[in-house]
Amino acid sequence: MTETKVIQRAIFQKHHQFSTTADNASEQGSEQEEKCVKIFGHQLLNGLATTHQLVAWVTRWTCSIIVEDMMIGISVTFVDKDGEEKHLKVPIGMSMLEAAHENDIELEGACEGSLACSTCHVIVMDMEYYNKLEDPSDEENDMLDLAFGLTETSRLGCQVIAKPELDGIRLAIPAATRNFAVDGYVPKPH
Amino acid sequence: MAIFQARTCLSRAFSTLAYHPLRVCVVGSGPAGFYTAEKLMKAHQGAEVDIIDRLPTPFGLVRSGVAPDHPETKIVVNQFSRVVQHERCSFFGNVTLGSSISLAELRELYHVVVLAYGAESDRVLGIPGEDLFGIHSAREFVWWYNGHPDCKNLDPDLKNTDTAVILGQGNVALDVARILLRPVTELATTDIATHALHVLEESSIRRVYLVGRRGPVQAACTAKELREVLGIKDIRIHIPEADLLKSPEDEEEIKNSRIQRRVYELLSKAASNGHSSPRLGQRELHFVFFRKPDSFFESDNRKGHVSGMHFEKTVLKGVGGGKQIAVGSGQFEDIESRIVLKSIGYKSVPVDGLPFDHQKGVVPNIRGRVLHDSSGDQTLLEEGLYVCGWLKRGPTGIIATNLYCAEETVASLFEDLDQGVLALQSCLPKPGKEGLLRLLGNRNVQVVPFSGWERIDSTERRLGSLKNKPREKLATWEELLKTAM
Repeated sequence: MTETKVIQRAIFQKHHQFSTTADNASEQGSEQEEKCVKIFGHQLLNGLATTHQLVAWVTRWTCSIIVEDMMIGISVTFVDKDGEEKHLKVPIGMSMLEAAHENDIELEGACEGSLACSTCHVIVMDMEYYNKLEDPSDEENDMLDLAFGLTETSRLGCQVIAKPELDGIRLAIPAATRNFAVDGYVPKPH
Repeated sequence: MAIFQARTCLSRAFSTLAYHPLRVCVVGSGPAGFYTAEKLMKAHQGAEVDIIDRLPTPFGLVRSGVAPDHPETKIVVNQFSRVVQHERCSFFGNVTLGSSISLAELRELYHVVVLAYGAESDRVLGIPGEDLFGIHSAREFVWWYNGHPDCKNLDPDLKNTDTAVILGQGNVALDVARILLRPVTELATTDIATHALHVLEESSIRRVYLVGRRGPVQAACTAKELREVLGIKDIRIHIPEADLLKSPEDEEEIKNSRIQRRVYELLSKAASNGHSSPRLGQRELHFVFFRKPDSFFESDNRKGHVSGMHFEKTVLKGVGGGKQIAVGSGQFEDIESRIVLKSIGYKSVPVDGLPFDHQKGVVPNIRGRVLHDSSGDQTLLEEGLYVCGWLKRGPTGIIATNLYCAEETVASLFEDLDQGVLALQSCLPKPGKEGLLRLLGNRNVQVVPFSGWERIDSTERRLGSLKNKPREKLATWEELLKTAM
């Protein structure tokens, strides 16, 4: 872990020199540095970004933009069972299950994101966004098998992690009761 | 006029909610019971929900059904614990419907009673020899390894035989197979009951047959459980390749069901991987398809004990709607085994005064409203009586199924409350919890409140930590009740 931190700091410092000379805002530097290191740490520890990716981001954007992106996050719309929309900002790296819970959106999460249930099932409303997601793992597919009202763009909320490309994604929470068939429920082919 | 009165009364009831709560009793503290309580309290700010359970411990099958090596599946108890910690919710364990208190008494004490006590018995095959020693229901076996206090003394004999037969190919059957075949060292760090661990440590079972009436396309398990059992360390899988041939009807079934397709694909993959030569002493799992149990036979040298099974080979026959059933072909085959575990389905048990459909093994109901009888007359409802979970829809589905099931029952309940069916009832105050506790006190029932369970919980965790287990389950009634005090 210490090693990771050193790497983060190195990345930041390298970039920081660049950004401060460019922006001439050295006083805000230490605060930004702290934020950056914190966020990069989160990304690395959660396996959401490799050191390589972070270096790439750092060299592409100025630190302030990265900080903004990561702190404010991407726009996500949840459409609940009654069709009501809720707009949120979800920080990069956060799962849609966590985001829903932080914003009092009624999305079940029986196994708390440990990939042992299907209760955080969400439907990605645009195929375009669905295609931007990594393919579901076997384990996620096993759980999706059991999700009620499965569609071609169904995912588990705990496995959809906010990343810049997903800005603007719309997620529907399936209307469970409407689709509820007691026995012999046959999910649609995927 | 009655409706008018009901409406006025109802609005009065709502306006004086603070003084006059809607008293609800949920019987059974498994997923169906807890989801019902949660939805109820969310939908009605004046609802007070008491959950009773015959065991001193809550959570039903999450505790005594979910396999010990599936800790992630049990995480849902966190959510259930938050529900019961709500000020409008209480848990009373060690209270048995039918003996501590009758259904009629409960309905007197509460405005609404929701029965969610599941299925605590087993379907039977009804074939000769079913009562021989060495034949257990999978439910008993699962309760045994999960430390359910009613099955601590099951003591299955895993020492005198190297072969076990499991009837059924659903997830429970797969759980049982996995527990029998998984290296015991891997189970030792789970919350498996210690009495079971000791028996498994000395088990001589090397070969397990999983027998199904139909074929690989119709196997009733899910992909996750199948993937797990196929992935057991150092195990040899046998799947007859001829059984994997699909008929046009099979193709149709697979096309219409993602889950069946994925299960079939896993089985075919495992069949083609299983060609390596076996090693001495390697454990084996045999999938046996197209076999219908015909009879059990008795051992010659151990009277009263099972020594094997007679199976009839089957073929599939379409019965319309894309469904195929197994029919006997007149050819027979035997498998020798001194232990047989029947995983052919659970069965609910009725209590006095409860309408029950013995054919289907459920309480007759429309969307959770209990019907007066199973004649099909949908107008005769049992006022204030509802049902949820396995008792309502039969013993199928996963934990999440109960979420939707509870939503449906709670929706029916509030429709009735809104439309006056329940209104007259609900505007009279009911004794609820206080009345219940008074009555149980008079009968010397040692009620275990949630704080009693918390004592059991912390004791189990403490004992578990000494053995590198998440918990060491207390598996006798005496220990549980003593610790809860």
